[in-house]
Amino acid sequence: MSQSIVRALKCRECGQEYEIAPTHVCEFCFGPLEVVYDYDKVQGVLTRELIESRPQTMWRYRELLPIDGDPKVGAQVGFTPLVRAHNLEKVLGVSELYIKNDAVCYPTLSFKDRVVSVALSKAVEFGFTTVACASTGNLAGSVAANAAAAGLESYVFIPHDLEQGKVLGAGIYGTRIVGIEGTYDDVNRLCSEIAGNYGWAFVNVNVRPFYAEGSKSYGYEIMEQLGWRAPKHVVVPMASGSLCTKIDKSIKEFVKLGLVEDAGTAVYGAQATGCSPIAKSVKDDTDLIHPVRPDTIAKSLAIGNPADGYYANRVIKESGGWSEDVSDAEIVEAIKLLGETEGIFAETAGGVTLGVARKLIEQGRIPRDESIVICVTGNGLKTQEAVIDAVTKPRIIGPSLREFDELAEADQVKRKAA
Amino acid sequence: MTVKVRIPTPLRKLTGGADEVSAEGANVGELIDNLEGAHAGLKARLCDDAGEIRRFVNIYVNDEDVRFLDGRNTALKDGDEVSIVPAIAGGRA
Repeated sequence: MSQSIVRALKCRECGQEYEIAPTHVCEFCFGPLEVVYDYDKVQGVLTRELIESRPQTMWRYRELLPIDGDPKVGAQVGFTPLVRAHNLEKVLGVSELYIKNDAVCYPTLSFKDRVVSVALSKAVEFGFTTVACASTGNLAGSVAANAAAAGLESYVFIPHDLEQGKVLGAGIYGTRIVGIEGTYDDVNRLCSEIAGNYGWAFVNVNVRPFYAEGSKSYGYEIMEQLGWRAPKHVVVPMASGSLCTKIDKSIKEFVKLGLVEDAGTAVYGAQATGCSPIAKSVKDDTDLIHPVRPDTIAKSLAIGNPADGYYANRVIKESGGWSEDVSDAEIVEAIKLLGETEGIFAETAGGVTLGVARKLIEQGRIPRDESIVICVTGNGLKTQEAVIDAVTKPRIIGPSLREFDELAEADQVKRKAA
Repeated sequence: MTVKVRIPTPLRKLTGGADEVSAEGANVGELIDNLEGAHAGLKARLCDDAGEIRRFVNIYVNDEDVRFLDGRNTALKDGDEVSIVPAIAGGRA
């Protein structure tokens, strides 16, 4: 069965409900709208066995995603590896550590494929033929690729100074890229003004309530892959703060439906020091998010005015988690550590998340003897600029046995006896 | 001080569909009060009961977020452009 159990859009502030439509703001109080469901309709029907019987994609949880019928876009997205990180456990001195690795999400190597496949499926249902987004890079690539595959026109808006890999990783799909002179916050503002004027589905503006729900699949997969168990601790990168709230929602839904037991999962938010308005609010014990001007190599997290910051702050505090931030140098160090211990090349946001996890473990905020999941949401090949000077360069030699023997000797590697 | 105010889609019902209106005000707070006079209901959308700009509302004066200026006390001069934009999420996480 794949009956939609979506009930309505509901304002997160005043509770006003709206019919399902491409809209994202409450007309009464300007609060953000969220998709709400009638869970009773799948209670006891959506079982572990039913989910396990389905293909290994994010759509195996389709009842809990806000689409009607079959996905129109991105049918193969999701079900990325949850990696037990034994080597990293030793380095960090913890007993049970996992990496949820969306650096290999299909098709554009970031978790944005999850939200985009929901947003574009919904856009097709609504009858849109052009889709668009404001992006720090990963979203642009995902919208461009998934739109191309679905036969949709697309416009993507990015800050003008993004990493080359992100620009190329969108342009290759034949989208119309617009670079804005300004920060992501400027791009976002422009897009929210454009969105009402062109009749497009802006994935993170007018179809955002649906888009954001796609992130829940990341959380569902973690729990299923842990053997139908919620982790005790999950460390999440934060830009707008949305992913934090959706992972929390995914856990609460699975608990409500009896698919996992409540483990009292604590959610931890990770930011770069150069753009840490949410982390600061948690550490200052306030729910006021003061906007900042971002200055960090973690460009995908560089949102100075995070729209979901308030809700992320609340999820972190209510779940018993915490928030920290790390410097650009710590980000690079963590990217290298993940590569050298687990063979996973994360983008800068992954460095932020691992760097913050390490800090929280060292602070004693995350205990060493309980299950920890670190969320890696994007691929390092797209942010090469960040680490290119920190990685060992090849030593160039001629195609000569003598030259190699000298190099081996310098490495104190012995030739085996004849 | 007469300024141009860009009205976001969700508020256009209150401005008779207009996406831009002119209004007076020496600062952002006064401007909002005067907008309320011309388009009843607008202030309640933008401000909470204490008159503070709501968490989910961004107001820009000539492209600068008033939170980086003086908030609702931000001074206005003739010809300034004011944008009202509902907060939206985006980026990656």
